[in-house]
Amino acid sequence: MSAAAGPPWWRLPLTTALALAGVLLAWQLLTASWGVISPARFPPPLEVYGALRQIVIDGYSNGRLHDHVLRSVVLVTMGFVVASTAGVALGLAMGASRVVEAVANPVFLLLRPIPPLAWIPLAIVWLGLGDAAKMMVIFMAAFVPSVINSYTGVRQIERPIFEAAAMLDARGVRYWREVLVPGALPSIFTGLRLSLQASWTTLVAAELVGAIAGLGTILNQAAQDIYPGMIVVGMASVAVCGWIMTQGLGWIERRAMPWRVVH
Amino acid sequence: MLQPRLATNRWLQLSAVGAFGFLAVWTTAALSGLTSRDFLPTPWDVLQRFVHLAREPFSGATLGMHLLSSLQRFGMGFGLAALVGVPLGLLMARFRWLDRLVTPAFEAVRFVAPIAWVPFAALWFGTGIGGPVLIIFMGAFPPVLINTYRGARQVDLKYIEAAQMLGASHWRAMTQVMLPATVPSIVAGLRISAGLGWQSLVGAELIVASSGVGYLMVKGQAAISTATVMSGMLAIGVVGVIIDAALRRVQHTIETRRGL
Repeated sequence: MSAAAGPPWWRLPLTTALALAGVLLAWQLLTASWGVISPARFPPPLEVYGALRQIVIDGYSNGRLHDHVLRSVVLVTMGFVVASTAGVALGLAMGASRVVEAVANPVFLLLRPIPPLAWIPLAIVWLGLGDAAKMMVIFMAAFVPSVINSYTGVRQIERPIFEAAAMLDARGVRYWREVLVPGALPSIFTGLRLSLQASWTTLVAAELVGAIAGLGTILNQAAQDIYPGMIVVGMASVAVCGWIMTQGLGWIERRAMPWRVVH
Repeated sequence: MLQPRLATNRWLQLSAVGAFGFLAVWTTAALSGLTSRDFLPTPWDVLQRFVHLAREPFSGATLGMHLLSSLQRFGMGFGLAALVGVPLGLLMARFRWLDRLVTPAFEAVRFVAPIAWVPFAALWFGTGIGGPVLIIFMGAFPPVLINTYRGARQVDLKYIEAAQMLGASHWRAMTQVMLPATVPSIVAGLRISAGLGWQSLVGAELIVASSGVGYLMVKGQAAISTATVMSGMLAIGVVGVIIDAALRRVQHTIETRRGL
């Protein structure tokens, strides 16, 4: 959370690496070699490495690691793009027009408090265990935050900007393209980040409940096989993919708003 | 131009149009005969089912009892997150070495979605109380820690130094100067935590639990009873709103008292 200042730049990475190596070594010794901590519950690092090798080379739970990753990431990207496009459009419309806001509000008040994960059973009843159910769940997870944040984004645009737009007679497409969207963009991206996180979590949960392939199925299968090393591999993959996608969105955000200094 | 507010009457009219339109589409779809009523019940069916579940036990307990066991787990996970997160955040803000020690591990673990802890939760603590509590903890912990830490870092060092100059120990400087100054930030964090914790709870109960609203929904799903699933969603939504409203009140009271 805070950056160190003063010592040479290589000091921090070096101490971090050494600390990490120390922890891993101690862990390995405590679990596998001395058996102080039960290795069946806390997998030793070498077992995790073995699990990683196994899933990358031979595959596990209907596929190799890249198959699972690809499947989950593609599903989330598709669901996220569809949901956030719809959500941002609705949010902007609700922000721009009081009539749309009044009409859409009651439905929205009903949907909003339902946690994304709570849609999973409904999606399974309606659409089964396939990709369609996953898409529905991702959609529900990503839709709500993108609507809310686009809506508040429009409402937070300062009054003088609207007055300037009116004075310059910006109307129609120009009004949207040059006033509403850019003005709401910071808030829209906040919403997109929340949406992306929610859809990723929800997809993993949905895959845990039931799926043929995907990162969640690794976790599910490993839990059933009581294979702690593979559980760690699954969790790490979920974290790394989530992190990469968040970084990707951050990259798009910087491209979309070049006028903003990095916050 | 940003449109002026609508008159209250017109607002109510339009809202009613939205609400009734939604219910009308839903009801028509349910009654159209294209699908069975079990698959897509009418809103009225869902309400009836809700009342029925509140009275008659389903998969072991009435809706109220399922909610109670959910709330118990939530209370434990959320309480634990607050109990660990607040002191840890304060200590990290006060001691640089602890900050350096905890932050990398915390940042690494934070990116693991709470729901991905499910296998370990089951392996370590079983499916009774412990497993779900771990998952709620994982969801609720980060916002408490982050908010406490950031709030405590913003406390002006002058106050702490003044307290120490007047003879306050580390402990007193932290509990009597730092902690009170951080309270608004902590409460804001707790509110976010409660929301995330409640969401994680639902996920946890879908997978590792043998009671609770999430479990009730899984059973409803297995019985292909959409009305039961929707009743569960309704209960979860309502309780979530109540929890948030309660914490918002606390937050508001504290902020007013502090003149924020």
